[in-house]
Amino acid sequence: MFHRRHFLGIEGLTKDELLFLLSTAESFREISEREVKKVPTLRGKTIINLFYEPSTRTRTSFEIAAKRLSADAINITAAASSVAKGETLLDTARNLVAMRPAALVVRHPCSGAPHLLARLVDCPVINAGDGMHEHPTQALLDMMTIRAYKGEIAGLTVAIVGDLLHSRVARSNVLALTTLGAQVRLVGPPTLLPPEFRLWGVEVCTDLRRGLAGVDVVMALRLQRERQARNFLPSIEEYARHFCITPDALAAAKDDVLIMHPGPMNRGVEIDSQVADGPYSVILEQVTNGVAVRMALLYLLATQEREATEEQAEVGLHAPRRHAGALA
Amino acid sequence: MDQVAIQRALTRIAHEILEKNRGTDQLAIVGIHTRGVYLAQRLVAAIERVEGVSVPSGEIDITLYRDDVGRSRARPEVRGTTIPFCVDDLRIVLVDDVLYTGRTVRAALDALIDFGRPRAIQLAVLVDRGHRELPIRADYVGKNLPTARDEHVYVRLSERDGVDEVVIE
Repeated sequence: MFHRRHFLGIEGLTKDELLFLLSTAESFREISEREVKKVPTLRGKTIINLFYEPSTRTRTSFEIAAKRLSADAINITAAASSVAKGETLLDTARNLVAMRPAALVVRHPCSGAPHLLARLVDCPVINAGDGMHEHPTQALLDMMTIRAYKGEIAGLTVAIVGDLLHSRVARSNVLALTTLGAQVRLVGPPTLLPPEFRLWGVEVCTDLRRGLAGVDVVMALRLQRERQARNFLPSIEEYARHFCITPDALAAAKDDVLIMHPGPMNRGVEIDSQVADGPYSVILEQVTNGVAVRMALLYLLATQEREATEEQAEVGLHAPRRHAGALA
Repeated sequence: MDQVAIQRALTRIAHEILEKNRGTDQLAIVGIHTRGVYLAQRLVAAIERVEGVSVPSGEIDITLYRDDVGRSRARPEVRGTTIPFCVDDLRIVLVDDVLYTGRTVRAALDALIDFGRPRAIQLAVLVDRGHRELPIRADYVGKNLPTARDEHVYVRLSERDGVDEVVIE
């Protein structure tokens, strides 16, 4: 079962919690295959998507997930909000929570921003990507996609390739994969391989072909140019020459290898178009599964009874507590 | 009810379904999670024994259609709905183990109608224990069990519980 009030990261989740989240998400997939893609579960509830960073996939996916559960979804992007007038994250969040949403979905360029809000506002918080820390719903949808093709995660060898230093996707996936019993191999240039990854019991490899040898799954990562990845590389072209996943480089992987990418893709930089659009690619499947994962999380978090935790009561920063009966 | 009584009741219900619907034409059976799914499978098998036809069957999880979502701390596990056929113009028999307040059936009706427009929906239950809170009745009943509200009716089926029995505690 899953009894947490917030969903902030993969870190700290048990194997049982992860497996429960995945099987719940798998049950939601069918709804998006129906002609009428809607169930009444979150009728009358509001989900706020608070995004301080650009996003197409994740924001749309959360919005669609909320709407397919009959919730009202509100999207706030930092550029078009009072953030531009200098309001702090905490003030913005407190004002939004004063309008009584059932859950707050937060993406922020600072690592830990959703964790701060989870402590200081009286509302379930879902991390939709925080800085270079975690992107836990991406890891869940990746696990769900792997399970759909391979059955079990345990026993698989998974290569994560590219800009590992800046990647919250990689961090969440390493945690999820190792918790579920997969063997993880990180592949990238030494400047983009953070040394602390070695503490998590993963293999590290700086040669693409050796890194892909015998793997069941390849997860490509986006080269994050906006996070100055170029300072860590002589040039994008040189990076692509050594680390772009091409059909040739893939020859070393298992015959039934899965190719994944969290998007958006830099075609020809971290992944060759022939691979991205090829027969082993499950990249669009990942996107489909993302909706199911987010529906499952919204269902689990937004149907909680309102109840301030003791910690919040002590801090005294939360909004006045409403009666559970007021929801009726 | 013991194993023999359950089997007899299901055999009788299978015959009643065939009688009322004049055969298996346009007929489908949908079980409500969890034990209704096993009962639905048994009804499909019983109908096949009589008519030699395997009618389409599905399963439905009403969790997302409950009228008490968010009112209790427990968030029931979502186990998935599978309706592998088009429901339009079919006569669908919903199957559950116990009919009590009628709220589960209300949710199941809403869930089923989200898939299309069946010609008719009928309800088959192994046990009707009374105490309805909604205007719902069963078309096929294995056994009427008068109960008090504070009693519990347990239906155990071999597929899940290792034994076939209905007990009041």
